[in-house]
Amino acid sequence: MNVGLPHFLTVGAILFALGLFAVMSRRNAIGILMGVELMLNASNINFVAFSRYVEHAVDGQIMAAFVIVLAAAEAAVALAIVLAMYRNFGTANADVVQSLKR
Amino acid sequence: MTGDLIFILLALLTLVPAVWVVMSRNLVHAGFGLLFTLFGAAGLYAYMGADFIAVAQLMVYIGGVLVLVLFTVMMTHVPRSHGNHGYDRYVPASVFALLTFGVLYKTITSVNWSASTSPAEPTIARIGAQIMTDFIFPFEYVSLVLLAAMIGAALLTREERPAGPANAAKDTEVAP
Repeated sequence: MNVGLPHFLTVGAILFALGLFAVMSRRNAIGILMGVELMLNASNINFVAFSRYVEHAVDGQIMAAFVIVLAAAEAAVALAIVLAMYRNFGTANADVVQSLKR
Repeated sequence: MTGDLIFILLALLTLVPAVWVVMSRNLVHAGFGLLFTLFGAAGLYAYMGADFIAVAQLMVYIGGVLVLVLFTVMMTHVPRSHGNHGYDRYVPASVFALLTFGVLYKTITSVNWSASTSPAEPTIARIGAQIMTDFIFPFEYVSLVLLAAMIGAALLTREERPAGPANAAKDTEVAP
């Protein structure tokens, strides 16, 4: 075996499918958020792999850095929303809650 | 040969805890699974010679996002009776996830990637130069997004307190 681009892409695809499964099957909003984090990491692995193996450029790595920044912002806002949800409804279940206020 | 072994170990370190993240009933356990997955992904970045991204992953994801997630899990304790395991959704979710993986894998194997295997070299200097030249506008936009996210998170999590002159007056009375 010679480790190359397809191997990294396969790892990314498996990670993306697992994240999708978590987003679709979890009920707790934090569990859904963990699935989103897995999918973002899968995309990052793809970005870095393409930047390493296809073209001798760092554009893909810069995109991965932007994805990391946006994931941090997304996590901060999403967890603040979960906390507001929990304060108003006493639950973090995404099925029960349909608004942010009573 | 050693490189292959390291890759396999890193891929397993990424994927096996990811299954745990997805399947575990206890969200704290899922959070710790996420720790190992993010660590494995950082290892994969380092394997691909992306030193800056690997360090950023360690600092932002493991040091920031994961701590935030674990804090929130522990602050929103859900009693067992609510039932946060959706077994009835496992069938459609697994069908859809497997379908997606099938399409992706078919694409990966059918395309003939003309991969270059030039040796990896440090990229931090080049990333810095590119961000300050070609990517200067996305860079500034991202800093604005971070500011907006910070203000939004602070607004959403602040204590509810009715504002008004009466309240303000009461506050000054109580203060001394």
